Amino acid sequence: MNTPIRRALVPSVALLAIFATACGADNEKGGSDNDASTGLSGTLAGAGATSQEKAQEAWYTAVQGQNDGNLEITYNAIGSTDGRSQFVEGAVSFAGTDSYLKDDEGELTAAKERCGGEDVIEVPAYVSSIAIAFNVPGVDTLNLTADTIAQIFDGKITNWNDDAIAADNPDAELPDLKITPVHRSDDSGTTKNFTDYLGKVAPDSWGYEAEDAFPVSGGEGAEGTSGVVELIGSTEGAIGYADASQTGDLTAVSVKVGDEFVAPSPEGAANTVAVSEPVADRAETDMAVDVNRNVEDPTAYPVILLSYIIACQHYDDAEEEANVKGYLSYIVSDEGQSEAADYAGSAPLSADTAARAQEIVAKIGA
Amino acid sequence: MTNTAASPDWTTSKAGIGDRIFAALALAAGLVIVGALAAVFVFLAIKGAPGFSRAADVYGPHATDFFGYVGPLLVGTLTASVIALIIAVPLAWGIALAISHYAPKWLGTPVAYVIDLLAAVPSVVYGLWGAFYLAPKTVPAYEWLHEHFGFIPFFGETSATGRTVMTAGIVLAIMILPIITAISREVFSRTPRLNEEAAYALGATKWEMIRMSVFPYARSGMVSAVMLGLGRALGETMAVTMVLSVGFDLSWNLLGSSSPTSIAANIALKYKERSADLLAVLIATGLVLFLMTFVVNFVARWIVGRSERKMAR
Amino acid sequence: MSTFEEVESRVHVPLTTPRLPRVAPILVGVMAVALGGLVVVLGASIFVGVLAAAVTFLVALPGWSYGVEGRRAAVDRLMTALIWSAFGVAVVPLVSLLWQVVSSGIERIDGTFLTYSAFRTQIDQPTGIYHAIIGTLMITLGAALISVPIGVLAAIYLVEYGNKNRLSRSITFLVDVMTGIPSIVAGLFAFALFTLMFGPAYVSGFGGSVALSLLMIPIVVRATEEMLMLVPSDLREASYALGTPKWRTIMKVVIPTALGGILTGITLAISRIIGETAPLLLIAGAATKTNFNLFDGGMTTLPVYIYTERLDGSDEAKLNAWGAALVLIVIVMLLNLVARLVGRLFAPSKG
Repeated sequence: MNTPIRRALVPSVALLAIFATACGADNEKGGSDNDASTGLSGTLAGAGATSQEKAQEAWYTAVQGQNDGNLEITYNAIGSTDGRSQFVEGAVSFAGTDSYLKDDEGELTAAKERCGGEDVIEVPAYVSSIAIAFNVPGVDTLNLTADTIAQIFDGKITNWNDDAIAADNPDAELPDLKITPVHRSDDSGTTKNFTDYLGKVAPDSWGYEAEDAFPVSGGEGAEGTSGVVELIGSTEGAIGYADASQTGDLTAVSVKVGDEFVAPSPEGAANTVAVSEPVADRAETDMAVDVNRNVEDPTAYPVILLSYIIACQHYDDAEEEANVKGYLSYIVSDEGQSEAADYAGSAPLSADTAARAQEIVAKIGA
Repeated sequence: MTNTAASPDWTTSKAGIGDRIFAALALAAGLVIVGALAAVFVFLAIKGAPGFSRAADVYGPHATDFFGYVGPLLVGTLTASVIALIIAVPLAWGIALAISHYAPKWLGTPVAYVIDLLAAVPSVVYGLWGAFYLAPKTVPAYEWLHEHFGFIPFFGETSATGRTVMTAGIVLAIMILPIITAISREVFSRTPRLNEEAAYALGATKWEMIRMSVFPYARSGMVSAVMLGLGRALGETMAVTMVLSVGFDLSWNLLGSSSPTSIAANIALKYKERSADLLAVLIATGLVLFLMTFVVNFVARWIVGRSERKMAR
Repeated sequence: MSTFEEVESRVHVPLTTPRLPRVAPILVGVMAVALGGLVVVLGASIFVGVLAAAVTFLVALPGWSYGVEGRRAAVDRLMTALIWSAFGVAVVPLVSLLWQVVSSGIERIDGTFLTYSAFRTQIDQPTGIYHAIIGTLMITLGAALISVPIGVLAAIYLVEYGNKNRLSRSITFLVDVMTGIPSIVAGLFAFALFTLMFGPAYVSGFGGSVALSLLMIPIVVRATEEMLMLVPSDLREASYALGTPKWRTIMKVVIPTALGGILTGITLAISRIIGETAPLLLIAGAATKTNFNLFDGGMTTLPVYIYTERLDGSDEAKLNAWGAALVLIVIVMLLNLVARLVGRLFAPSKG
């Protein structure tokens, strides 16, 4: 008596499978007519830095919309290193990266080879302040010098009523509370930029190299920007660094720039990029800069993360070339930058930087 | 359908062929497993071999060579797994027994069902729950332990957030509970009724019946269940990544915020922004974890084998 | 001391031994709770109070029983109390976890969430998890199609053909070792294998299936093996005695008898891998559109979706993550139900 059931089971499972495979998602059915369509279609694959993920989401959504949903863009946030190597291997058309291509391990040369011997396009796409957020009851603003910050994260200053903190905050009522420094437990570009800042501005108090991994043992580690933000929010006496767009209700430290204390702001971040030195001996299409952490101008906020997009000038496939050009043009356009600022909280590129990036992107396919 | 039922065919060659094909298939499946494992091992060995001898700064900033790098991670892996097993095994066997032999059916069946479901909760969710719900709630308990039992080196200075190796162990314990419980329950409930009745007939109390009839019958299944649980605890990635606040201090303290993380979690933490050199190192740590599982299983098997011999005597 | 003496002494005692009153456990329980409450009132933390109550109960009841009923009954009482407290202690966090998933997830569940993918052409469009549901189902199905035949056949080899020879013992051992493969290493392995075969940055759902089957096979083998070993050998011998060939005995007698347990094992294995994130991050890529092709292009699964939504950090994303977790649990619940139903349908009739 088992057999009939078994016979019935096979077709019904098959039917179920066909039924399942037959329906796409409701939102994917047909595009609307759109006069402003830029007429791109097919797919475009990119990969790289996690920091750009949210901005990329804003960008590809907009570009997909401009093309009536005929173009599908994917950005796989697998990390800068993998993004660069996938680009070099030709697996993706463009990559996002938190650190520019270097020739220490032959990466820049390899990338050039991938682009048929032509210079690689490397433009800044995503600039964001790194906020040093804190959770101290009764304290709404906090001024700190890089030296003090370095000592806090190094475990040298352990209480909020320490004299070094009080000296810069004469008006604040600092409680007798243990400091819990919070850092990223995963490797990230945010940590690298933060430790780079401390190492450059406070070399006496911070004896570590700028690295993706947080160098000090001690304090609390949390995974991802959201992990750090939530941990600071739930722990009294905590202080930590995170992408300013995601710190939400937390208040951020004002760091000492020149003679003043400056709070993180999109304009401050963009200004820091504007005054930073381009890396020497770079091709015309390469906008790599070394961020100037020691900036003296109080309109600049030096604790920033600068993330690039890497692409080629020419691609073998004409459709791929058109898609890359269309997408990258949108990213560095004023519209694209302000879209990312709205959605991901990044800092739009300053006018000069943006103009130069647009010029470079225009060379794709030209 | 066939004439097997009508005519006994142990003499026909047809049955022989069927048997041979079936046996070959079964053997092939076994060999596929051996092959797959060998492939994983070879892959780890080839890709990880350079990781044993990289420049000192690759292992930095807290170690200068491979063994300095992997040592604390090994300790972290073992500590969290051992805590998880110590908590989970007695609890899991307790629940399994409660469901199979103590609880009335109206209670046991739904609870068993819920526990099966929990095996499916993604480790990310356990991680979320552990980091943001459980960890803060453990702080007073840890403080109490430190205050009253601080002389035991396990209970040293406490973390302000509760994201300690102890919490990671507890979360792991909860994660491996379902799988240990499910398998143990299945084997407990399969104890032959007659064996149980025989024990009662000899005047055994319920516990004596369980000790004399259920446990010997279920022994191998119970060990399997524990090994599966241990395997999951050793290799668990996401939950540890999310719960544990990572440091590099080697100490007995289970309640501090600077305990080393586990090998699997370390791979997840470092994988995204790694250099080619560090990738080799990470794969080499994977190889070490693999070998450790080998050793742990070997030891467990030896212990079980010894106790079985003792029983037979 | 000797058994003889024990038997001797029992002959002289009355046929009924003294027993504690039926309400004894409740009585002691109430007392223990009261004591715990008192400790809390006196200023200790709740944790200490609960600990005090538990210890009191676990000491007082067996102690009383030891005085009245004797050592064996006292041990029985102690173990019963321990087993029930294990039940209570473990069920509380498990249920609290489940409750949190259900209560946080239910808010987000609606038609749009279930039938839309994450593909958008405007930033304020609603999104859903349809693509992730399909991805989860297809990748898991792929893994099950690889693992179940291999796992069940290997278990059959171990139990029915291996006879504890050297090969079968090493396979059993290797299966145990296999359970210890960290999921992320399985992902690395699949990644290396497929990029070797199909060029760099190959992503596909099938790669994910292969990685997951590495994790699934040992569970299937272990569960099946245990169940097959529990099939009484009388059944096999009865079948052989009727002249049935070994393979038909296995297919018609052994497997159906153990089917319920095997299916539980398989569903457990599926439950175990369906929530796996780490390997899929490496090999299965990501997609915002629904991808029905297991062999080409990235696929997002529910756990990966949950992971990325959590990293996003916004409130809306968190809600999405809980919603997806709930859907995942419901999928597993349905799988469980189907497995139970199938197990019941094919189980040999009793009686």
